Amino acid sequence: MIRRAAAILAFLVATAIPSAAVERFPKPEFETGYTMPGTLTPPPRADILENLDVAVLAGAIALASWIVLKRRSRRETFWLMLFCLLYFGFWRKGCVCPVGSVQNVSLALADRSYVIPYAVVASFFLPLLAALFFGRTFCAAVCPLGAIQDIVLLRPLKVPSGIACILGMIPVVYLAASVVMAVTGSRFIICRYDPFVGFFRLGGPAYMMAAGALLLLLGTVIGRPYCRFICPYSVLLGWASKIARRHVTITPDECVQCRLCEESCPFGAILMPLPKKAPEPRVSGRRRLVLLFALLPVVAAASGWIGARVSAAWSRSHATVATAEAVLLEDRAGLEGVTIETETYRKSGLTRAALMQAADLVRDRYVVWGALAGVFVGLAFWARLYEFSVRRRRDDYVPDRETCVSCARCFEYCPKERQKDTGAEAGS
Amino acid sequence: MMSREVDRRQFLRTGLNSAAAIALGGAAGAAAVRGSGGDTVWQLDPEKCVQCGRCATECVLKPSAVKCVHAHDVCGYCELCGGYHQPYVKELNTAAENQLCPVAAIKRTWVEDPYYEYTIDEDLCIGCGVCVKGCGSFGNGSLYLQVRHDRCVNCNECAIAKACPADAFKRVPAKHPYILKGEQGRTQPIEEGGEKA
Repeated sequence: MIRRAAAILAFLVATAIPSAAVERFPKPEFETGYTMPGTLTPPPRADILENLDVAVLAGAIALASWIVLKRRSRRETFWLMLFCLLYFGFWRKGCVCPVGSVQNVSLALADRSYVIPYAVVASFFLPLLAALFFGRTFCAAVCPLGAIQDIVLLRPLKVPSGIACILGMIPVVYLAASVVMAVTGSRFIICRYDPFVGFFRLGGPAYMMAAGALLLLLGTVIGRPYCRFICPYSVLLGWASKIARRHVTITPDECVQCRLCEESCPFGAILMPLPKKAPEPRVSGRRRLVLLFALLPVVAAASGWIGARVSAAWSRSHATVATAEAVLLEDRAGLEGVTIETETYRKSGLTRAALMQAADLVRDRYVVWGALAGVFVGLAFWARLYEFSVRRRRDDYVPDRETCVSCARCFEYCPKERQKDTGAEAGS
Repeated sequence: MMSREVDRRQFLRTGLNSAAAIALGGAAGAAAVRGSGGDTVWQLDPEKCVQCGRCATECVLKPSAVKCVHAHDVCGYCELCGGYHQPYVKELNTAAENQLCPVAAIKRTWVEDPYYEYTIDEDLCIGCGVCVKGCGSFGNGSLYLQVRHDRCVNCNECAIAKACPADAFKRVPAKHPYILKGEQGRTQPIEEGGEKA
């Protein structure tokens, strides 16, 4: 009884001292045979399974490339896509994915203190490497984000090519923004605003689930809206695919220009033959190109300036800058501890000068990286303009190497493909 | 004329392709040099934790992968527990109105007079840290929060880490995935140890 009273007394005294890690109550000496339970430490997933993920990724990309380039089978592409949706999506819960790894890799290259796991490096580079050789076969069947949109596509509507082209520039801006946010150590916005990962985890923040549901709903009539108009990784894959050594062809043989495949692509990635026209006078063509190249430094400078300005305002999204600004506001208003962050800062004992210096450092990084990102976006826009101003001859129906995701849908529309199939069957 | 043009473009494409492949390889190499070799997982440092409650709300998992754990060898086994009971509690029993935990995840069992054992039911715990705050203010600080690796999906970027006001989250080697208090913290066990929770 005395011990109990002492304990209660100690309790009342202890309420006055707000500190952790103080042994206010002595460790009891048990008289019965009681043994203290230890803390359970369930281990994380074993390293070897991370390597398994990379192996499955590499294997799936290789298989996808073989299926779309050699087997030319939509059905097999579909089954592989379904497997990858289950494995990378629902089983591995959509993380780490090559789309998000863009941020890890850029942060690792910019910040020497950041440690990046090998599995993340591999998941970033494998799809790009594959795209350099075979086109976007990763998008075709391996990416779980693409797969979940691909299976909900019911009645594809055509997005006017002009609108598709403008919307297609969003990924460039998103890529630039996410790299700036990643290298400044703010946050990984691609992961934060990943619309489908909530489905893979069977639960998530309401805004994420709502955005995902909306995109899937939209995806029933507009093919792969995230891939085409949002996905930042698609920019890099598209460029790699553009200079790919091999790429999917619509026809296995020579194009007879029957126009049957014309409407087959739900993603608007089939380029039509350009009718022959009288060649443009040399003078006007040259004038346009000169103007375009004169515009190049102007575009780069302007977009760099815009990038720096936007980023300077944006630096507030970094925790240090936000805290510094909140502390200044509190000081001005004569308040303390309005937010948990400012309260924690005041308890930490960090000097005001040190906090402000840290915030300024982050702001400077934002301006530098923001300017670079701005130039990058400007150049990408300029390159698109350049593409429009150069007319190339095209005789056949061909996939647009940049936007084609090698989904293998158009194959069966080609009469040459059918001829080949029936021929093979007759032969066997 | 036409074939020459095609050849030129083909040549350009192959050249660009090779250059891109080399650049990609270089970047991969540069990134891999920064690699850790061993894998890392997220963990929170209980010494830095301020029990803001965001672990319960910010995690991409519902309920959170962060749970309260109990270092029994730090605990005083008191009858009146700052982590278990409401402040100014009248009766020291297990009645719901006396409990601090919003989900009644702390089990209180009598050991011997005057000691009571407190254990966390991790299936119920939401990682809000209310009991941790109570235990830290009024007790030995034996209750604390930890990322539980049977639940954590090891996100690319931990959503709680970004929301943490005290910067208590960090990546730790997967071989030592916990920052434990008490004797276990000094020995860093990696096997699935302990008797039962």
